[in-house]
Amino acid sequence: MNYDQFFMMQQELGVLAVFLIVFLFDTFCGKNSRSAVTPLAILCFGIVTVCGFFCPSTGEAFAGMYATTPVISAIKSILNVGALIVMIQAVNWVNSEEGAVRRGEFFELLLVTLFGMYLMISARHFLLFIIGLESASLPLAAMVAFNKNKYESHEAAVKYIFTAIFSSAIFMMGLSFVYALSDGSLYFADLAQSIALGGNSVLLVTALAFVIAGFGFKLSLVPFHLWTADVYQGAPTSVTSYLSVISKGSAAFAFLVVLCHVFGAVYSEIWEWMMYALIILTITVGNLFAIRQRNMKRFMAFSSVSQAGYIMLGIIAANVLGMTSMIFYILVYIFSNLGVFGVIQSIENKTGYVSMDDYRGLHKTNPWLSFAMTLAVFSLAGIPPFAGFFSKILIFTGAVESGSPALYVLVLIALINTIISLYYYLLVVKAMWISPDEPVVPVFKSAGSERFGLWVCCAGIIFLGLVSCIYSWIYDASELAASEGFFITLG
Amino acid sequence: MNLTMLMYLIPSLIMFACGVYGFITRKNLIAILISLELMLNSVDLNFVIFNRFLFPGQMEGMFFTLFAIGIAAAETALAIAIVINIFRSIKNIDVRKITKMKF
Repeated sequence: MNYDQFFMMQQELGVLAVFLIVFLFDTFCGKNSRSAVTPLAILCFGIVTVCGFFCPSTGEAFAGMYATTPVISAIKSILNVGALIVMIQAVNWVNSEEGAVRRGEFFELLLVTLFGMYLMISARHFLLFIIGLESASLPLAAMVAFNKNKYESHEAAVKYIFTAIFSSAIFMMGLSFVYALSDGSLYFADLAQSIALGGNSVLLVTALAFVIAGFGFKLSLVPFHLWTADVYQGAPTSVTSYLSVISKGSAAFAFLVVLCHVFGAVYSEIWEWMMYALIILTITVGNLFAIRQRNMKRFMAFSSVSQAGYIMLGIIAANVLGMTSMIFYILVYIFSNLGVFGVIQSIENKTGYVSMDDYRGLHKTNPWLSFAMTLAVFSLAGIPPFAGFFSKILIFTGAVESGSPALYVLVLIALINTIISLYYYLLVVKAMWISPDEPVVPVFKSAGSERFGLWVCCAGIIFLGLVSCIYSWIYDASELAASEGFFITLG
Repeated sequence: MNLTMLMYLIPSLIMFACGVYGFITRKNLIAILISLELMLNSVDLNFVIFNRFLFPGQMEGMFFTLFAIGIAAAETALAIAIVINIFRSIKNIDVRKITKMKF
């Protein structure tokens, strides 16, 4: 056996190594040194994150089941950064009474899900893909149920695990139909070839509908989004932020691989129209439901539903620019969303308030938190100087690049929805800065780790859009992937 | 009597439909879990049927089924654990009672 192939999987191995270190330390260290597991996990994972940027790998392992290219390294590094910020922001919660009992388990579960997501992103065979998908979503259910003393946490977990199983059953059903159309192999490349040869058929349409529905549950696209708000509200806030950025980002990239690579041959015949309808529904319904939410976590749930719709624009574009702008959008989305969740989290940890009404007059007591929240919300809404504006522009450009009039209409609808989203994002800003009421949240100083996380997020929001080398780094990687035949000739 | 692929496939699809129906209509969490299990098993059956009839020389569908069975077991274990947690906190596993968070 060729053991060199394992070195290709350095990102996965890195995550796995951190997991083992944390797990062994958490198991065998004494009672007194148990609190050291938090800095240990963050330090080790920080090293892995930094290394991931500097040694990207290219190649295949496990007889082509696993592949890694520069663009895959790039998305993994981006997700690493996001997971690191989630970990740093979670420190205060993990050390609190709620989390301290199972402090190590939070990091262990988080690392296992990350490992599963990386397998899913790198998979070039549906068997490995399913294993990755499941090892990403099952530990997440355990993380959602993490808060053992709170009933909401269990309710959220039961809703999450049941929809997760339902969606993977539907996804695998679609897969079995795809298998029937194949030449007996579940490799992405072989499947793409047999789909290109076989062309459009009723069975393929059914299969794709099932596959897209399965992914729709994971990404909370609109007809399949009903679990999102409840799970986001009930889960501990650190887990919610992880769920909304990392889980969504990795699933979106895997979706891109499956649709553009495996089903690329039937783009205009079948899935362009399915995605078209899904995107319009997702963006619109997500926005309209966000308006009536008062709980901040539910509010962010619907906001993330509509953001998922924008991310899908990169998939329907199905070209290099679409792929690049989708990865860039995920990167910006990680920083903006984690900024909002960082503020929600520090206020919730100190005072227990999560309602938007409690944010009234926040600038009088906590100007810096209000400032960070405003930056993050502006970025999510896409207001010019911030990164969110650039990521939205790029994803719209990618979508209209192919020049089809239908996609112009789609982008127009997305643009109108941006204006609607501005309304509810500004509701938060209005509550914090303009509302004349007396502040509800008292003056407090948030924990150092939370402040650090927020500074990183703010820096990302301000600089990501302006520092163009990040974008060109992603663009070069995507172009290389395209030149290696990532996009199957689109029919 | 010679059995064709369709005669295996139709029961499997009926099983899947029953699973979806049960998932939507059942009120007991354990019953919902059983419906989900039906869906997963019909997927396994599908893979085996397609492999057996369409690609008799290859084993890929069979292997996929083996892994899918393992994954389904893990899913069930976790779901049961969470259902037990629910039961401990409200002494009930009726979905009509699990409605604290809604809309």
